[in-house]
Amino acid sequence: MKLENDSWENEAIEADTASVSRRDFLALSGSGLFLFFWVGPLEAFQEPARLPARPGYPSDFNAYLRIGPEGRVTCFVGKVELGQGAMTSLPMLLAEELDVALDSVDIVMGDTDLCPWDMGTFGSLSIRQFGPVLRGAGAEARAVLLQMAAERLGAPVERLQIKDGVVTLPSTGKHVAYAELVQGKRIERHIEKVALKPVSAFTVHGKSPARRDGPEKVTGKAKYAGDILLPGMLHARILRPPAHDAVLKQVDTSAAEKVEGVRIVREGDLIAVLHERPDIAEKAKALIKAEYDRPQGTVDDRSIFDHLLKNAPPPQVVGESGSLAEGEKLAATIVEETYLNSYVAHAPMETHSATATIENDKVTVWAGTQTPFSVKQQVAQALRLAPENVRVITPYVGGGFGGKSASRQAVEAARLAKLTGKPVQVVWDRSEEFFYDTFRPAAVVKIRAGLDQAGRMTLWDFKVFCAGDREAKQFYDIPHQRTVSSGGWGGGNPAGLHPFAVGPWRAPSVNTNTFARESHIDILARKAAVDPVEFRMKHLTDKRMRVVLEAAAKQFGWKPAPTPSGRGVGVACAIYMGTYVATMAEVAVDKATGKVQVKRVVCAQDQGVTVNRDGSRQQMEGSIMMGLGYALTEEVHFRGQEVLEHNFDSYEIPRFSWLPKIETVLIDNPEVPASGCGEPPIVGMGAVVANAIHDAVGARLLQLPMTPSRIKAALQRG
Amino acid sequence: MQRTISFTLNGKPTRVMVDDGRMLLWVLRYDLGLTGTKYGCGEGLCGACTVVVDNQAVRSCATLVKDVAGKSVLTIEGLGQGGQLRPIQQAFLKHHAFQCGYCTSGMILSAYALLRKTPRPTAAEIIKHMDDNLCRCGSHGRIVEAIQEAAGAKERA
Repeated sequence: MKLENDSWENEAIEADTASVSRRDFLALSGSGLFLFFWVGPLEAFQEPARLPARPGYPSDFNAYLRIGPEGRVTCFVGKVELGQGAMTSLPMLLAEELDVALDSVDIVMGDTDLCPWDMGTFGSLSIRQFGPVLRGAGAEARAVLLQMAAERLGAPVERLQIKDGVVTLPSTGKHVAYAELVQGKRIERHIEKVALKPVSAFTVHGKSPARRDGPEKVTGKAKYAGDILLPGMLHARILRPPAHDAVLKQVDTSAAEKVEGVRIVREGDLIAVLHERPDIAEKAKALIKAEYDRPQGTVDDRSIFDHLLKNAPPPQVVGESGSLAEGEKLAATIVEETYLNSYVAHAPMETHSATATIENDKVTVWAGTQTPFSVKQQVAQALRLAPENVRVITPYVGGGFGGKSASRQAVEAARLAKLTGKPVQVVWDRSEEFFYDTFRPAAVVKIRAGLDQAGRMTLWDFKVFCAGDREAKQFYDIPHQRTVSSGGWGGGNPAGLHPFAVGPWRAPSVNTNTFARESHIDILARKAAVDPVEFRMKHLTDKRMRVVLEAAAKQFGWKPAPTPSGRGVGVACAIYMGTYVATMAEVAVDKATGKVQVKRVVCAQDQGVTVNRDGSRQQMEGSIMMGLGYALTEEVHFRGQEVLEHNFDSYEIPRFSWLPKIETVLIDNPEVPASGCGEPPIVGMGAVVANAIHDAVGARLLQLPMTPSRIKAALQRG
Repeated sequence: MQRTISFTLNGKPTRVMVDDGRMLLWVLRYDLGLTGTKYGCGEGLCGACTVVVDNQAVRSCATLVKDVAGKSVLTIEGLGQGGQLRPIQQAFLKHHAFQCGYCTSGMILSAYALLRKTPRPTAAEIIKHMDDNLCRCGSHGRIVEAIQEAAGAKERA
């Protein structure tokens, strides 16, 4: 794929807010970008250099689409619907390129027998990375169909027009529909080097179609993995250790066995109680007496940060320019701080769930997962089956946020189906969900930065421990800077670094890195006695960042003043994998209780081309709400390898009474390919609230979450 | 103790032979096959399992099945029966007041109970009533808007 026009022009931008009338998206695009798509060897699937490689997708467009004899088009994708709206947005891409009516497209998602391989639904990649693949498939199919129509109609392709899947020769009025050309068959012809539609020709992009999952979700008909009911199915409740790495010494299941209708199975460490009703299985499980050898770990949620600093792997340099010594020399003021954040849970409303059945040596697993193709491999391995004997079907998933990239429950259900010879359902209870979650890692960031006499940043020395290096690099203009990272969320950490599993949590690494960076920038602005927006602008040459910051300030009605102004307003900027975002917030702080109410949040985002406008807004609003949780309350307490969170009474997630006034601003930027929108707006939430709290009461919070007790302590420090 | 419990479920007389110490949630989902009512926490903390019993929103995971004997239980499957969505469902659709949808049944039934009792709630009343219904996707603002819209409809809730 080649980007012919990657210039970026201010005129092409339009802030589209909910209160402003919506201008036609198309009117904004000039010559637009022009993408070439080769269907061929995998190397050809290259994005522009700044995007990561995209390996592994099938090259035959038939893998992604089928045109039925009645004219309906079925779109097949390995992505899953987690709530992010891919079920609604991905058909828009196909309809756009194929030139068929959007409502003639059906979609099948996350079924490993029917859909082309996909690595998983995460990283805001469905549109940014997979989008071009799906568009390319649609574009090639359209080119082939056009060629077939030309032969049928006896006219060159240049003279033909396509609308809603019908090819017409305008001079005679003769026409033929895709369905007639295809006759319900697979399309055997292929054409290489088919151009994607230019932005200027888009008719479907930028609209806000009704969510396809809506009718099922408002009527209770939407099926999740735990809603699959099979004849003779047993529900499994699995014996769990009291702490990670605890070793079972003794177990007595005799009382549980006496419960009528109960089956108990054991294979190695897997001990499960099964019954036709899950609550009766649970009651029986509670009768099991088990003794464990508990690990001797002593680290807890207070000592963890020292532990991480001592045990983090060697640092890697992520970015460097100039010389730190030179920056140090130029600095008149040095500010050094350490930022902390605790482990955070994903806590989707649907706990990990799976239903498995085995018929004629073929296993079918319905799994609430973000990675059905990995689950297929894991189940095949666990059951010692060839992968083709495993089918994973992903029904609706009740939230993932990264936590359902790991899907141990699916393997448990499959193993138990094999052991019992019956269909088995495994639905984790809320305590298991907290216990086996792959938490966002606790992390430490140390920043040393300097300002010269004129209030310009000369030095930036950023060290992140255990959060990961994603977007750790500085984007403000600072001549002498270095960013180093030790350890991360994705594996490769020394054994024992974390007391339990960690993994990707919505915008992995970047919530931590942005909290630290944008808090520190605010501290420097204060030292320079400059308004924090003006201070940022002084150090920004990146046009896209300047535009989102200006758009946020305009919507917010930002009035410049040095902090703390007593108004309780704050700002944070971030880049997340090609998407630019600026967030502003207003808070009220009760000094007596330390309680914070976030009253208003404005978020401006440039995600390149917008595919689904309302879908993007839903993601932005959701990110803002969810982000309030890690900013204010969410923290996994633990002692050694025992997780002390069991339910929503102690682990507090955002609720209605927290709801701020939320305003979202989408920057139309058709010169840039669509990037992700479901993660970027969450990354600034820690910093924007911290900065607003500081502006309100002069207290600087250096640790997430900013609980009332931490706020009171910070107020006392002054 | 195994016994027969009789109640009205979505307008129809219903009898189940169950251990009367069981919670309503499990009986609805697995004895009666009504999977629109969701498990979220098992302790009445999240609201995903909300159903309406005699016009009150209750947590079915923390309600003994014997306690609905003789009462009228409404689940999401009973709302808008016959293909005609209720105004609250239409408002959720229109405002896209859900993402993953897992909390949606409970949200709609909580809102339905509120509107039966308080046909024109203020925003503060909506937030107070809905505060123990958790949504992880962050659709709160749209849910409030949807409830306000349904409150303004001719045939409320």
